[in-house]
This record gives sequence, structure tokens and C-alpha cells, in this order.
Amino acid sequence: MKVKAINRVEQRETGFERKGDLKQVRRNLNPELHPFERAVEYTRALNAAKLERVFAKPFVAALSGHTDGINCLARNPKRLNSLVSGSASGELFLWDVPERRAIYNYVGHERAVKAVTVSDCGSLCFSCGDEGVVKMWRVPHAPLGGVTETVDHHPVSSFDAGQVLRGIDHHWKRPLFATAGEKVEVWDHERASPLHSFVWGADSVESVRFNPVESDIFTSCGNDRSIALYDIRTGNPLHKLVMQTKTNSVAWNPIEAFNFTCANEDCCLYTYDMRRLDIAKMVHKDHVSAVLDVDYSPTGREFVSGSYDRSVRIFKYDGGHSRDVYHTKRMQRVFGVRFSGDGSYVFSASDDMNVRIWKARASQKMGTLLPREKSKQAYNAALVKRYGHMPEVKRITRHRHLPKAIYTTGKLRREVTESDRKKQLNRIKHSAPGSIKTKPARKKKIVTRLE
Amino acid sequence: MAASKSQKALRWKHREARGGPSVPSRKDDFSAQDVKVKARLKREGALDREAVKNAAGVEFWLNTHDHGEIEPENELEKTWRLKQDEVASLVEVGAASKRYDLKLGQLGPYACSYSRDGRWLLLGGKKGHLAMLDWQKHKVVCEVQVRETVKDVCFLHNNVFFAAAQRKEVYVYDKRGLEVHRMRDHKDVEKLCFLPNHFLLSSIGMQGVLRYQDTSTGEIVAQHRTKLGPCKAMCLNSYNGVVLCGHAGGTATMWSPNMTTPLVKMLCHRGPVNSLAVDQSGRYLVTVGTDKQMKVWDVRTFKLLHAYFCSAPAKSVEISQRGLVGISWGSRVQVWKDALQTKASAPYMNHQQSSGHIRQIRFCPYEDVVGIGHEGGFSSILVPGAGEPNYDSFVASPYQTRRERREHEVHSLLDKLQPDTIVLDPQSVGNIKLDPKQVVAQKKEQQRAAAAAIVSKQRTKNESKQKMKGKNKPTKRHRKKQLNIIRDNKEAVEELVKQKTAQNQREVGEHVPSALKRFF
Repeated sequence: MKVKAINRVEQRETGFERKGDLKQVRRNLNPELHPFERAVEYTRALNAAKLERVFAKPFVAALSGHTDGINCLARNPKRLNSLVSGSASGELFLWDVPERRAIYNYVGHERAVKAVTVSDCGSLCFSCGDEGVVKMWRVPHAPLGGVTETVDHHPVSSFDAGQVLRGIDHHWKRPLFATAGEKVEVWDHERASPLHSFVWGADSVESVRFNPVESDIFTSCGNDRSIALYDIRTGNPLHKLVMQTKTNSVAWNPIEAFNFTCANEDCCLYTYDMRRLDIAKMVHKDHVSAVLDVDYSPTGREFVSGSYDRSVRIFKYDGGHSRDVYHTKRMQRVFGVRFSGDGSYVFSASDDMNVRIWKARASQKMGTLLPREKSKQAYNAALVKRYGHMPEVKRITRHRHLPKAIYTTGKLRREVTESDRKKQLNRIKHSAPGSIKTKPARKKKIVTRLE
Repeated sequence: MAASKSQKALRWKHREARGGPSVPSRKDDFSAQDVKVKARLKREGALDREAVKNAAGVEFWLNTHDHGEIEPENELEKTWRLKQDEVASLVEVGAASKRYDLKLGQLGPYACSYSRDGRWLLLGGKKGHLAMLDWQKHKVVCEVQVRETVKDVCFLHNNVFFAAAQRKEVYVYDKRGLEVHRMRDHKDVEKLCFLPNHFLLSSIGMQGVLRYQDTSTGEIVAQHRTKLGPCKAMCLNSYNGVVLCGHAGGTATMWSPNMTTPLVKMLCHRGPVNSLAVDQSGRYLVTVGTDKQMKVWDVRTFKLLHAYFCSAPAKSVEISQRGLVGISWGSRVQVWKDALQTKASAPYMNHQQSSGHIRQIRFCPYEDVVGIGHEGGFSSILVPGAGEPNYDSFVASPYQTRRERREHEVHSLLDKLQPDTIVLDPQSVGNIKLDPKQVVAQKKEQQRAAAAAIVSKQRTKNESKQKMKGKNKPTKRHRKKQLNIIRDNKEAVEELVKQKTAQNQREVGEHVPSALKRFF
């Protein structure tokens, strides 16, 4: 008879001989030893969802220094830490973001600065405003850290447009920039007069944006409720889309560069495919007042929008509703928003004379993470995703506290849309079949399309 | 050195047989139509396969210990003839030292319980003797004389605390032997049982009330009156956290804290159920009763699989981690192998305890040892093949240090499950319950039919309606409404009116024409 019985020796099992030795860990993945797998995972998912909300503290810092409401914001495409902002009193500041300090004070504008942009090389900056003059400024090359005081700087050169300017944007590859005023003009760095001048109906154009990939194409949006596309190569306007309400700003998706999102006066954002302007790809709802600015994350997966309702929202590129909403008691109407160059921060410029820095992911821990922390966070994120359909997890992850004004207005708006929907249904029910045609929400706001 | 293909396949079969995941096939990924869903399924399928591969790797490379066994060399040798002395002489010295007797003559019979890592042993003598031992090192951790009857003992979430059911109430002691809690809600308790994932201590006794108390918050989670009389048999289904009770009427009931009635009530024996046990996978239930039967039940279908005859009514039954069934009656212990899936023809091992009646037997987790609590004290015997040879440090480690124990305690509290996760099928947690397609179609059809019925009814009503002038006057409407109001004197008034009309009728003869009646 052969008999064998379990006989363990502690030292051999644990590999622990003297002090300081690492103890050996044994694993047995037999599911019988790990009961309640689903229940434990669900509990962890619930805890992860709660922790995510506990750690959701998106506000990082406020950059103060302006003496009037900030109208415009631009980030340097070549540099993560530099940001330019212009205010209604004609101030223009270059900020060192990690130091949270203005390092240059660009002196030269007499009246409000309406728009600002940084060139593709990252060393020049262009601003324009009510005077009708575009001013070119130098942006320092050297690392910015260690500066302790704000230095006054004067413009390198200026371009006289002879009209009130409202928008400016720099070409992504060539030394060109476009301005928007009574007409849309394209300028060269070296020339005093515009290369091209486009006029198409609108008496005043609000903003211009160059396409980051097909870089000779740009859009403008104007007071005649239109969004127009232009091509510099042909020197002609391409298409024009007229919507029911005015568009305030346009941003191109840097990854899918044929798509652009426009911030509309009717509280919504619309994403269009430039090849198919007869229908929006997506309507992004949630703001309760006019949306004033929009900017894409460099990843192209998200965009940020700022609104007249004193809130900043972050949307997924294909999300009908916002992923997150940022607000503080002191933040007023938001006139400019920008994503940081690495996609991990969001900047907002508002009427209360502050530029604010927010985290793009509210509960993200900033700074270097230990590998264990990283894997734990990834595990938690995966759990929340997996059990996101459970009512409790869903409730916690979706909940956002809103200021009372936004909350009540939002509620009211929802009620209005719901009653409209009901009324339309009733109309359809009580009229001859086919006599009432419904338009999909993605088409509803489009008035015409011009070639 | 890599595992050969055949070895891998064998491992897979082994895993599947134990209820592990089966090898996922690549075909499953492409059943969906939508491109995005397809891609996601493909990605997740790849992850699944990788996880399974890794798990198989862990099993192959890390689970290096083999389980114990007794191998007869020819057909004439029978394992059940083997005596403990012989077993001890045949195994290694380290394993042989796990067989010992504790002679505690005056204070027995003893109830016993092992901690979940198998390192600590808890003894409760009927005459009030409580002891906790580090049994492999033969060290006493604490010893108390409570001077009261001790009916049952059990460890709480780790070896620091243990509960003892005494004459009237349940007490909690720490590992120094100090009484830390007195649980007055638990009265006349006969059996105790602890649910480690939920931190629930459940008890049942002479009142037949099953109580659940959360040991981390201290609140009573549930109290269920079984209404089946005093209960002396209880066990835990560790697969789903359901508590099973055996009753005097021969029924076994399954309980969760969420329902006041049993989840399942099954008639198991002709006569009282003495003891019951569920195996680790939660599939098999073994009950023993006074009708001298040991019955094996399928917990999924609640059907009887096998019945074994015992020469005397068994008092105690227990299933080991590897599915060995141990039963005891009188002073005899019998261990059955392969008795759950198949009907075994002969016991695996027999043991005759020389010192008195046995109160309780317990398999030690992760060891090939059975602990026997009896009148003369406590004995430990060797049963090769009983315990799981490979432990998981994150589940229960016999070599846990104090720091690890503390860490483990924190983690288990973070992962503490709510009582509402105790259901018969633990895999259903987090699932969406969808109606089957047919049911959905049926419901829709019903809805449509109901709507159509309402419309047609309304239509016929509208058509049949004869509009009469003056029916809808405000005064008429008001009068109609008044008629509907039920006053307490209404009946009396009606009665009066009836009487009066009857009187009138009586006074006037039948032959009088109705038009002339008013003249009479």
C-alpha cells in the first residue's frame, strides 16, 4: 500500500529564511477557492465609482491679473506651458502655466482684444481687436521657468485691416493667418496687405478656424447665422451652411479632420462632416445658454465647450450629452476655452477676469504614478465600465452637482422639449397619415446649404 | 521546459471538471452583426483567452503540490482496512506528526472548529472549556473555563475572534480568551456559522429562529422564524452563502437573510435530520438522519442522487475540500471517497475512536486531517487526499504573519459583501434580467390587443349613444351626483319610502285602474 499525505515545510513554502527575505506568494486560481467572484467585483466597482466621485476635484488654479473680462485664449502649439489671453480692456498676457504667472505683458492695444492666436512655429503671436489692427508679438523660445516678474513687451509689427476685427487664426503649416471682421481676409507675415479677401453675405464674421490636417481649408462663422468653408489654394469660398441660430465658434477635430464642431447660440453644439453638410453627425446638448467657444483635445476623442451659463462642459466627440461639467461660484460667463497640448488640462477664460486651469479628467491623480497605483486605477476603471449598467453604479457615476440656476433652467428646457415632443406626437396622431413630416433633430436647425 | 500539448489538454479537462472556465472558442467572437460590437467581442475574446491561458499557466507552474492519496498495490488490499497506525507508519514523519490525541476527559464531549486557513483549532468542551490551539506547533493560544455549557464554537473572520454558543447566549472572545461581546439577541443557540465574505454570524437553536448578525457593524441583519421547531443542524453553502438547516421533521431548508421564508424546503429524511454538509463547489448536499441514511442531493435540481445506509444513525457529517465525505456515529468515523458524483460501494477509510462517543468531526482545510471531538477530548487522524494541497495566499494562508493578517482584514472589509448578494445563483449578481423573446412578443401582443379592445369598446359605446336633450343640464348632473352619495340614513329613508308605497298599494284594490288610483 502506497500512502501519501500533504506535508508542508513552512520555510520551503514561504521561501522565508532570514529577516528581510521576500515572502513567496502562492496562487491557486481554482474558482472554488474564490467564491462570490461576481459579487466581490460588483462591490469593488461600486466602491470605485464612489471613490471616483470623492476624488473629483477638477479645479487646479486660477490665473488672475487681467483688469477686465477675458475675451480670448490661445495656446502655443509647440509648447505645453504657454498660454496667451486677451481682455476687453486691451491687455494681452503670456502665461507660464506651471508657474501660474504672467511673464509677458503685451502692451499696444488701446481697445478690447477680441481674438488671439499663436503661429505654427510657436514663436510669434497675433492679436486683433476693436482697433482693426493685427499686432504681431514675439513669444520667447527659452524655457520659461524661474521668471519672477512680468515684463512689458511691444509689438514686432502690425497689419492694418481698416475694419473692426473679431476673429483670427493662424495657418497650421505656412506663415499665413486669417482674420474675421466685415470680411474674411488672409494675410502673410511679410506683407502689409491681405493676400485674399472673401465676402459672402455676412456683414460681420465672428471667428475663423484653420483645418489642422488639410491646412489650406478654413471655416468662418458669421452674424448671418452661417458657417462658411474656404480654400486658400483656389481663393474661393467652398460651401456655406445657414442654420436657424448663430454659430459662435468652430473647432476642427484634429484626428478626423473632416469633422468640425460648432458652438451654437441655441445652447447646443453640432458636429458636421464637411463633406455632408445637409445633416449634422451629432447634436451635443446640455448647456442651458449660448455656447461661446469650443476646442478639441489633441486626441480628437473629446472637446471642451464654454458657455454663457457660466459652465464649462467636456463632451466625447460622439457623445450627445456631456461627460463632465465644471463650474465654480466665482466663474462668470465663459468666453474662451482651450484644451492643453497634452490633453490632460482644460483652460477657461471668463468674464470675471480670470483664466482657470482644470483637469480634463476630474478625478485623475496628477503627477507620476507608481506602477501599482496605475494598475489599480486601470482595474477600477475597468470595473466601473463593466458594472456601469447597474443602477447604483450608474446613479453615482452620472450624478453631477449643478448650480441652481443651471439645474432649474435645464429642467425647464427638458420639460419644454418633452411637451413639444408630445404635442408633435398628438398632431401626428390626429392628422391624416403622412401629412405631417418630422425632421430629425440633426437636420432641424439647418436652413439652407449654399455652394 | 514547456508543458507538452497533451499535458495542457489534460489540465484543461481537469479545470473544466472542477467547474473552471472552459476553453473559449474563437468562433464565438463573430456571432454579432454590428462592426463595432464585433470588434469589441473580438478584443474581449482575446483578453478572455489570454486570461484563461495565464490561469492555466499558474495552475501548471505554481500549483506544484500533489494531493494525498492511498494507492492499493493489488486488488486484495482495501483502503478501508487501513488502520491509523499503519497510515502513520507509511507517510512522512512530518505528516505522521499530525495524528495526535488530546485527553481532556472531564470536560467533554468536545465541539471543534478549524480556522479557514487550517492553522488554528478551536475546542469547546460541553462543561465550559474553551481553547484555541496552533495545532501543528502544539501550542495553546488561549484557554478559558466559562463555567457554562458550551454548545458550539466558531471562528469569526480571522483567528483573533471566535464565538461560542453557551447556555443562554452567544459570546465572542478574542485570542487572549477575553470575553469581548455578549450577544443577547442570540438565545438558546445550538449551532453557529460564520459567513466570511459577508461578515455575518448566523445562529440557530432551540427557538428555531435563524439570526444573522453583522460582526463588523454589530447590527442584526435578519431574524427568521423557521416555524419548524428546535434546530440542531446547520451548515453553510460556501459557494453562495446560503445557510442550510436540518429540522426534526426530516426537512432541510435553505435560507438567505433577504427572505423571511426559506428559499428551498426539501424533505430529506423520515425522521429528524441529524447533520448536513455542502461541498465546496456548492453542488452536492449530504444529509444524515435518524433513519440511518446518508443521502446525497444535487443542489441545482434538488433531487436525490444517492442514498447510503449507515449501521447506526450518523451524528455528524462533513465534506472535505476535495470532496471526501466524513460521517460519524457512536465512536466510529467513516470517510467516503467519490461518493458524491458516483455511488461508492465501500468506504474509503474507517476509524474506531477508543475513547467514547464522538460529538463532531471536522476536516482541516489544506491538510489531510480530520479532527474528532469526542467525550474523551479531541483526536486528529490522517485521511490522505482530504485537503487541497495548494493554498492561495490571498484567500487563506497557513503561514500568515501578523502584518499579513492585518492587511487581509482590511482588504476583506473593503470587499465586504452586502447581505442582499446572498442568492441561490451567485453568478446572477450584476446581470440584467431580460425576458425571453417569446415573452416579450407575447406581452406586446397583449398590449396591442388591450389597446384595440379599448378603442373598439369606445367606438361601440359612441355609436350606441343616443343623445337625449336635457340629460346634461347642470341641475340634472348635480342631482345625479347627489344620488351617488351614500349617506348613513339613506337606507332608512329608502326603507320608509318602500313601506309607504306598500301601504298605499294595500289600501287601493287591484281592480282599480291606475289612472283612477289617486282618487282613492
